[in-house]
Amino acid sequence: MSKTKDISLTVNGEVLTANVPVRMNLVDFLRHEAGLTGSHVGCEHGVCGACTIEVNSDTVRGCLMLAVQADGATVTTIEGLADSGRSAALIAAFTRRNALQCGFCTPGMLASAIAYVEGGGIADKQAIRDHISGNYCRCTGYQSVVDAIHDVVTEGASA
Amino acid sequence: MTGPATIFDKPNTYIGQPTPRADAARLLQGRGRFVDDLQLPRMVHAAFFRSPHAHARILSIDTTAARAAPGVVAVYTGAELAEHVTPYVGVLTHLAGLRSAPQHPIAIDVARWQGEPLVMVIAQTRAQAEDACELIEADLEELPPAVDAETALTADAPVIHADFGSNLAWERKVDVGHIDNAFAAPDVTIVEREFRFGRHTGVTLESRGTVCDFDPSEQTLTMHYSGQAPHMMQVILSRHIGVAEENVRVISNDVGGSFGIKIHTYGDEIAAAAAAKLLKRPVKFIADRMESFMTDIHARDHVVKARMGISAEGSIVGIDFHDLTGVGPYSMYPRTSAIECNQVLNLTGAPYALENYRAHGQVVFQNKNMMCQYRAVGHPIAMAVADGLLEDAARAIGKDPVEVRRRNLMRDDSYPRASASGMKLDDLSHQKALEKLVEIMDYDALRADQIKMREKGIYRGIGFVSMVEVTNPSPMFYGVGGAHIASMDGATVRLDAAGALHVSSSITEQGQGTNAILGQIAAGVFGVPIERVKVTTGDTATVPYGGGTWASRGAGIGGEAMLQAAHALKTQVLDVAGVMLQSPVAALDIRNGAVVDAETGAERITLDALARTVYYRGNELPSDLKPELIATRHYRVTDFPFVFTNGAMAAHVEVDTETGFVKVLHFWAVEDCGRVINPMLVDEQVRGGVVQGIGGALYEECLYSPEGQLLNTTMADYIVPMASEMPEITVAHIETPTKTSVLGAKGAGEAGTGGAPAALLNAVNDALSPMDTSIWQMPMTPERILKALGKV
Repeated sequence: MSKTKDISLTVNGEVLTANVPVRMNLVDFLRHEAGLTGSHVGCEHGVCGACTIEVNSDTVRGCLMLAVQADGATVTTIEGLADSGRSAALIAAFTRRNALQCGFCTPGMLASAIAYVEGGGIADKQAIRDHISGNYCRCTGYQSVVDAIHDVVTEGASA
Repeated sequence: MTGPATIFDKPNTYIGQPTPRADAARLLQGRGRFVDDLQLPRMVHAAFFRSPHAHARILSIDTTAARAAPGVVAVYTGAELAEHVTPYVGVLTHLAGLRSAPQHPIAIDVARWQGEPLVMVIAQTRAQAEDACELIEADLEELPPAVDAETALTADAPVIHADFGSNLAWERKVDVGHIDNAFAAPDVTIVEREFRFGRHTGVTLESRGTVCDFDPSEQTLTMHYSGQAPHMMQVILSRHIGVAEENVRVISNDVGGSFGIKIHTYGDEIAAAAAAKLLKRPVKFIADRMESFMTDIHARDHVVKARMGISAEGSIVGIDFHDLTGVGPYSMYPRTSAIECNQVLNLTGAPYALENYRAHGQVVFQNKNMMCQYRAVGHPIAMAVADGLLEDAARAIGKDPVEVRRRNLMRDDSYPRASASGMKLDDLSHQKALEKLVEIMDYDALRADQIKMREKGIYRGIGFVSMVEVTNPSPMFYGVGGAHIASMDGATVRLDAAGALHVSSSITEQGQGTNAILGQIAAGVFGVPIERVKVTTGDTATVPYGGGTWASRGAGIGGEAMLQAAHALKTQVLDVAGVMLQSPVAALDIRNGAVVDAETGAERITLDALARTVYYRGNELPSDLKPELIATRHYRVTDFPFVFTNGAMAAHVEVDTETGFVKVLHFWAVEDCGRVINPMLVDEQVRGGVVQGIGGALYEECLYSPEGQLLNTTMADYIVPMASEMPEITVAHIETPTKTSVLGAKGAGEAGTGGAPAALLNAVNDALSPMDTSIWQMPMTPERILKALGKV
């Protein structure tokens, strides 16, 4: 299992090149090779959503994609969303609503939320619940998360 | 309790305010500090070869190929590790008769549950360690397992620990009053049910894990710990790995959910710590999700046969039950696996004025993963049994369940008093909570809707629970039984030279908002803007000694210590200010970062000016003034074993009688946790707790085959609540501060998990009542509901 491959990808605006084991998944590469530990690993098979990231503008499970598949891709993680200011409104709303407790699901929750908000999601709580149903949270019970996303959609509509 | 009672009406208090958590910024920007985020120089990784069988004799283990595999640094079998780690036994003396066998981090001669570690492999990467595990050849002789708790005590059941002669770990009986006479009285109706509570587990989204490091030059062991009780872990590591207690440092940064799961002693984590010592370098072990399901403690797993007697007028005359619970092959160390059963015996029916109460609890060993304390220990069982029977009895005599509660709840003006089981109770508000609940849910309208919907063939149900919650435990919980677990907590408050406050506490943060409420208390009681408070928790090297955050004790015990420390520092600072300003101390106060005239609020000297004088220019102060700009206080609960809270909750559900699916339409919770320090954080604790309770009631179950194989070890197979199916949860409060502290805060974190299952059970049975059927097993899966309806 020593097969490796050279890859080059853009992560949060920075070009990274690396030689990675072909079996390494993308989120492990981001966390342990690129040092971007904001993305988390919860279930390792695409169910819990803690590793959700953006790859070439698509919302992707970082644990279901190999690092080698990201060769040439543009990847944005929670760190990138924060640094660029794209997640600023969500960060403010999540803080105001206490829409996180332990914070472990939060990176994936924000990645899904930003896809909803930027994708023109409507201010409908059941629609928001359906959208984030691929992101498990064991702490909040979801209501505050739904309210926070709803706030951002509403603010965006009135802005 | 005497003390600085004026703190709550100060102009700059933060107590009672929905102040956002300062920690949120870090977590929302991907800057969290979880254990697996750590990368230390020369760090190696542990993986475990685990027993594939529930019960097996280890004949031989060949690790030759594993040791030669690429990247492998070391391999340890149970026998090899046992030379470096002393075994542990999960018993406590106050649980009289509880027995358990010595346990090793890695099994030596017999594996007693599927998933028990058999070999630890340490390699340069986790992947290499797992590759090497594949090369291990274990010759295991399968032994007959005792899987089913209900047959574990039968004569032909395999005995898991031969020396004990049976699989009985512990039992307790309570017998108060004359239950048989009470049940035999002429106008008494008896309802009898068999309740079954499935095994479930915490599913912390961050799995268990640790990074341990050992420095041989100073003989120091550092454990980076995802857990709730750093000082407890410090003692455990010291005693079992052989490092002086003062040389063990346990650091708990961000914890990705714990819920009780991460407060126990796990063989794989202890083995990783021992490996760090042996290899003199950092060792990381992070459980993967399958390991989490197989080895994180499980909870519940009770079968309760219970009866309640009720008079024709609706007075409960008594409860009589037998609780059987299977806890796996050992009692978990160090908190034991008898606590949950003990709580069921303590808490069942505790909201009600009962004269006759008989209970028999039995805890048995079995070849499944170990069972131990998970959020709301024993509460979901106790509440579902009592309130399930209550609503069953109400139906039997044709009374409204709210009316029956009104008749039987302990009166709000009747405290202090004791429960039938002997629990000391004070400062409770069952009556007020129930009335508030009925008001906010608009009960009458829901009943009208129920009737209307039934005519359309839509079956909705309303279910209630009136509950107590054990919070703020005293030394009577663990310490009295010999556990090395602190029941007191400490807080230190220090004024720095810039006028900011640095506070530290022995309670821990796992997302509840511990750090936030500590900051609120310190800022308000001392008198600085909350932005000027820096909070440190979770490091045995820097925080005062104490228990941590569990059993809903953080705010009530750690918060009171912080209040007392902040008040002490305020007194000390005002003594200095009085001298500097030539003013009587009583004429001064501290507000918003300055010493002010207490009367007018006019600023006299800012705290930074005062502090700089003390720290830099002490020559300006009288020689006999000895300024202390730091204060530490500790607090423990005295006179009560626990400080009980109470609550009333209701669920509104719709049962699809074709599919068996239950839709939770809405949930209401009225909670009395005493003084509310941060209403937003308390509401979110209650909501999160309710959803975990809904999970246990409707979805979550660890399913075992008859051979003891855990069948659902992925998050696709083990169902937890998702956003789309969860209801809106309305939370309201009654505030009855506890008299055991100045702060008056009780716990709130476990109420939802303790109460929601009972409310859900009652709501489903209310919905099913027109079909004249009912269900008494959790989780209430569609299949079980269809069985109750006779459709499958």
